[in-house]
Amino acid sequence: MTRTFLARNPSVLWFLLALALFTLAITLMSEAYGAALVSTSFVKTLGKTLCLCLVALAMDLVWGYVGILSLGHMAFFALGGYMIGMWLMYARTEEIVIAAMANEALPATAEEIRQGIATQIFGVVGASELPPIWAFAHSLPMQLALVVLVPGLLALVFGWLAFRSRVTGVYLSILTQAMTLAAALYLFQNDSGLRGNNGLSGLQNIPGLGDVPQADLSIWFFWASALGLGAVYVGLAWVVSGKFGSVIRAIRDDEQRVRFLGYSVEAYKLFVFTLTAVIAAIAGALYYPQAGIINPAELAPIASIYLAVWVAIGGRGRLYGAVIGAAFVSLLSSWFTGGRAPSINLGVYTVNWVDWWQILLGLSFVLVTLFAPKGIGGLFDLLQGLRAPNRHGDPMGPGDGALMEKEAVE
Amino acid sequence: MRALAAAIFAALLLLSPLAAQAQTAADILTANRALVEKSSRQTIGPVIETLAASGDPQAAAILSAWADKGLGIRKSDGAFLLISASGAGYALTSLDGSDAGTAPKSDITELRPNAGVRGLIATALVQFQLSDPDRSQREAALTAIARDASPDHLAPLRASIPGEPDAVLRAQKQRLERLLTLRFDPDSAARVAAIESFSGDMGLDLRAALNPLVATTVMAVAGDPPAGTNIARTLRPGTDLTTDEAYALLVAAGLAPARLTRVDLKAALAANIVDGKVAGTPVASLNTPESRDRAYDALESAGRVPAAATDAEAAAAAAAHRFLAVYAEPDPAVTTAAKDLLDSIELKLATMQAADLALDALSLASIYFLAAIGLAITFGVMRVINMAHGEFIMMGAYTGYVVQQIVPNYTLSILIALPLAFAVTFAAGVAMERLVIRHLYKRPLETLLATFGISIALQQLAKNIFGTQARPLTAPSWLDGALVFNDIVGISYIRIAIFVLALVFLGVFLWLMKRTRLGLEVRAVTQNPTMAASMGINPDRINMLTFGLGSGIAGIAGVAIGLFAKVTSELGSDYIVQSFMTVVVGGVGNIWGSLAGAVMIGTLQKGIEWLNPSNTLAAQTYMILFIILFIQVRPRGIIALKGRAAGD
Amino acid sequence: MSGTLLEVSGVSVTFDGFRAINNLSFAIGPAELRAIIGPNGAGKTTFMDIVTGKTRPDEGKVVWGEMAQSLLRLSEAQIARIGIGRKFQRPTVFEDQTVTENLTMALKAPRSPFAVLGWRARPADMTRVRDLAAEVGLADELPRKAGELSHGQKQWLEIGMLLAQEPKLLLVDEPAAGMTLAEREHTTALLVELAKTRAVVVVEHDMDFLRRLNCRVTVLHEGSVLAEGSLDHVTSNPQVIEVYLGR
Repeated sequence: MTRTFLARNPSVLWFLLALALFTLAITLMSEAYGAALVSTSFVKTLGKTLCLCLVALAMDLVWGYVGILSLGHMAFFALGGYMIGMWLMYARTEEIVIAAMANEALPATAEEIRQGIATQIFGVVGASELPPIWAFAHSLPMQLALVVLVPGLLALVFGWLAFRSRVTGVYLSILTQAMTLAAALYLFQNDSGLRGNNGLSGLQNIPGLGDVPQADLSIWFFWASALGLGAVYVGLAWVVSGKFGSVIRAIRDDEQRVRFLGYSVEAYKLFVFTLTAVIAAIAGALYYPQAGIINPAELAPIASIYLAVWVAIGGRGRLYGAVIGAAFVSLLSSWFTGGRAPSINLGVYTVNWVDWWQILLGLSFVLVTLFAPKGIGGLFDLLQGLRAPNRHGDPMGPGDGALMEKEAVE
Repeated sequence: MRALAAAIFAALLLLSPLAAQAQTAADILTANRALVEKSSRQTIGPVIETLAASGDPQAAAILSAWADKGLGIRKSDGAFLLISASGAGYALTSLDGSDAGTAPKSDITELRPNAGVRGLIATALVQFQLSDPDRSQREAALTAIARDASPDHLAPLRASIPGEPDAVLRAQKQRLERLLTLRFDPDSAARVAAIESFSGDMGLDLRAALNPLVATTVMAVAGDPPAGTNIARTLRPGTDLTTDEAYALLVAAGLAPARLTRVDLKAALAANIVDGKVAGTPVASLNTPESRDRAYDALESAGRVPAAATDAEAAAAAAAHRFLAVYAEPDPAVTTAAKDLLDSIELKLATMQAADLALDALSLASIYFLAAIGLAITFGVMRVINMAHGEFIMMGAYTGYVVQQIVPNYTLSILIALPLAFAVTFAAGVAMERLVIRHLYKRPLETLLATFGISIALQQLAKNIFGTQARPLTAPSWLDGALVFNDIVGISYIRIAIFVLALVFLGVFLWLMKRTRLGLEVRAVTQNPTMAASMGINPDRINMLTFGLGSGIAGIAGVAIGLFAKVTSELGSDYIVQSFMTVVVGGVGNIWGSLAGAVMIGTLQKGIEWLNPSNTLAAQTYMILFIILFIQVRPRGIIALKGRAAGD
Repeated sequence: MSGTLLEVSGVSVTFDGFRAINNLSFAIGPAELRAIIGPNGAGKTTFMDIVTGKTRPDEGKVVWGEMAQSLLRLSEAQIARIGIGRKFQRPTVFEDQTVTENLTMALKAPRSPFAVLGWRARPADMTRVRDLAAEVGLADELPRKAGELSHGQKQWLEIGMLLAQEPKLLLVDEPAAGMTLAEREHTTALLVELAKTRAVVVVEHDMDFLRRLNCRVTVLHEGSVLAEGSLDHVTSNPQVIEVYLGR
């Protein structure tokens, strides 16, 4: 117990080492700083994957450790993206509008510039006024604060309402799914102030950095994503290693018992729910400048379910499991759906992976749930020679999110 | 009978400027040759009226031929003839109806009446149609008048009423006559009487006739309004309309000069740049509205630009004028009567709309109930979360589609599709229960995720088989149309059928659970599987059957939903969240709860849509928010199990 | 006995028309050992649920401590924090965590998320955990997962966790169930020892066990108190005999 944090958690060191080596390798192979072995678009894909790993970490904390199967964390992720996207789009449009007005006889007034920006951004939904929610869009620090505040407050209010009335288990999952659906439907409206189903676009052009080629930008964002992932990983490892981790795992397995120990279960759930929502939002704010476009379809409930799928396939209840699951499944998914996977000719029928990948994913997910509840992370236990206490497969406690005995790390 | 009608026409038209006796059509046309050849709307009216009133049995045929460019003049003798294209020339008919041989095109001058003249002819023809021996012709004439009434129709319509043999048509004519009277009769008292005669009525045609009477326009006047202006009310700038709107009205009425817009101001400044300065102000500093105003003022005092009204001047100009909402209809007695009638209609209309809304809500509720009732079994009774439930609905709908491809008779195909959809989804449900869910009882979150995996696989499978475009599932023709109570309240037969289907399911469910051995065993197994097993019930079999039953009902619901929604691979996911909401809001484990949940969600959604009709997305958003808040008040749903049975 | 620690008066609770507790009144002092007996359905568990805040009564008062604080508006966690500890009939420990982690979680310390986030074990805490483990005979099992312990050891671990909370009132539901004779003796001694410094309420069926505790006994029947006094006194009460043995 008196050993240092890192000594007690060797996986953190291994993880950081692997992440650093990976980042270095990609940098040395990039077009901007290395041998140009990997394309800029692939660097972006990898950077986005790191962001997905980051949101998977948040999901693992809230589901794997506290047992809340949230189907709303991709909504927080997308909201974070929207918040940063507002600044990116506003500032970028401002540059364009100012450049266009520079040729006019009179210098533009602030009002004219704002009007120009509003027409540029909102012409597509038939409006020419900036909605009130864009009041801070001109300021990067304010929008960065909103990246944290908007999803954080939403999670806080929603979590407070849900946990206060002791909604648990699948009910909570359905409720979070409903929240996600409500947010998505709201954003789909043209008068939501966020351009309806057009979403925000052109986010890959960073204001003030118009001269920097995308090859450089992509590697910068790749670094930022890696840094974010590393920092959050260490932070969460620290959070779950101490007594706090002990309490939240106890809540997952038997929250009633934790109450009788004097811990306010609702406060802990709310804390973790909000914390992970903020992490998800930060991941989203790093993701969407690399993706270039965000629209309400990103909030669809199915995205959050995929998030749960990644964590489950990677192995819930262990942080590196979430990262591996997210990286593995999302990269595999883009390989299959990108049309790069070779089709299989069966003679009578050609299996085209673009059409069949979803089916493969769905079925393999069922198989993982049934036969490999520890997911890919379980392989590490095999490597270390650990064996699951192969007794019954009973849950470790009465909580809906409780680990099963065969899931537990010995 | 016809002779009588014609006599009345003739009598009515005695007052027309060309004193008309019973002449032949040819005489009339010849007598007014100059007018006819160079016909114009202003001058031809009396000729057409005389012709219509002539009593010549061919008059109607001649008039309609004229309007259709079927009347010509033979160049050789100037005779009017009915012409129709025949080979390279015309087949000719003289005006008394006898055949007049043929002639090459070059021998005939075709009369080409313009649109105005054709309109006059059409109006004149109405009187013939209104008294036409063919009932369908009379009906068509009535429809034509009702669609596009003009004051000219009033007299012929009135004249045709006494001779109308058909009671139904006569009633229609009388109603139309009153509608035309209230709009076009020159006598104010007659109009008011006509309006008041409609008291208690609320037909669409009546409202369409009344609304133009009470339509207002806003006008600006200096001092008193012109005499005879029928004022609805006076508007005050600042409260009833903004100062900008008021000023725009003044500009439109020519009572004030146009405002200087920002764009004009900028152009004026740009036109006056001298050596990088505008009226002494450097161009670079003209980047605020204030500095631009100052520069313009400087230019204005230098006399280089026209004077522009300031905000204060605009406000003063607005205050100095009166703004009136004025009826287009000049007669105040008529507008008052019309307004009173419309107000009373409005009240009744609101009641009817509420009734219609209730019907809409009920039908939406039955759709939700139908979608949710399978869940009420799998989730409500067995506590198994089945995210693939929506895909079972989809499978049911596609089953219906496939059956329709094979069996072309829609009635028969639906009758086959319903049990077949049940069988297909029952089998799918049983397979899923055996292969997956059985291993995950007591692990609801894992069940959720595993069934979600199945859900995405099934969705993609449907896409691969049926493609992404929507497939039609056509209802049999006897389900087309709607049960219409009046202009406002109506419900389509499909929705009634779905409502009935929902009721049937409710009945079947209650019967199954409360009255059958299977129901007893299901309840026993769900309450205490170990105990049930020790009493000789096979829980495996019961779970399998129950799950299959819930899935099978989803399949039938799929056929029903497919009848009015497009069948796509996403059909199920559109309903899944609402279905779960229905069960959760109603109270898990209680079919009446699901019913109450469906009714609540349906009513709520329709209610919100009614408050904000332009935006159904917002309605769904607010509905979900409401449900989240509702769960706060009643975490266990509307009908909750209480006490220890409810568990923790 | 000076003052009362917990006073329950006129409490009733109904589940779906079934009156589980009917006008129950009960009081216990700050350092007292009390046993509650009663046939199945007498309301023993519901009584504990009410005191610990799991069930809200329909009417009546539950008052705590010298400040006469009402417990009815407090959550389970708050009630636990003011000093009421509960041991369940079935041993409930966190099976996925080690004995050390189980005990550390129960240690008396600030319970808010932020305080716990920054909490790191000091040497004194480690000593306390080892002492507690020694007291309940689990000194050698500290690094093992609780799920691997035997049934009896789990019972002991739960008692150890209860002690770590340092409650002023202990509610113990059938502590001796599933224990060997020697373990029962140990439990008896421990409960008697604990009752010298705090209030202990024991729910038990086993008459021999109760006799060894040698304390006042409250008999519950159909949700209210049937008799109260020494074990000999209540066992000679004809009503009690009737309830237990039937006519």
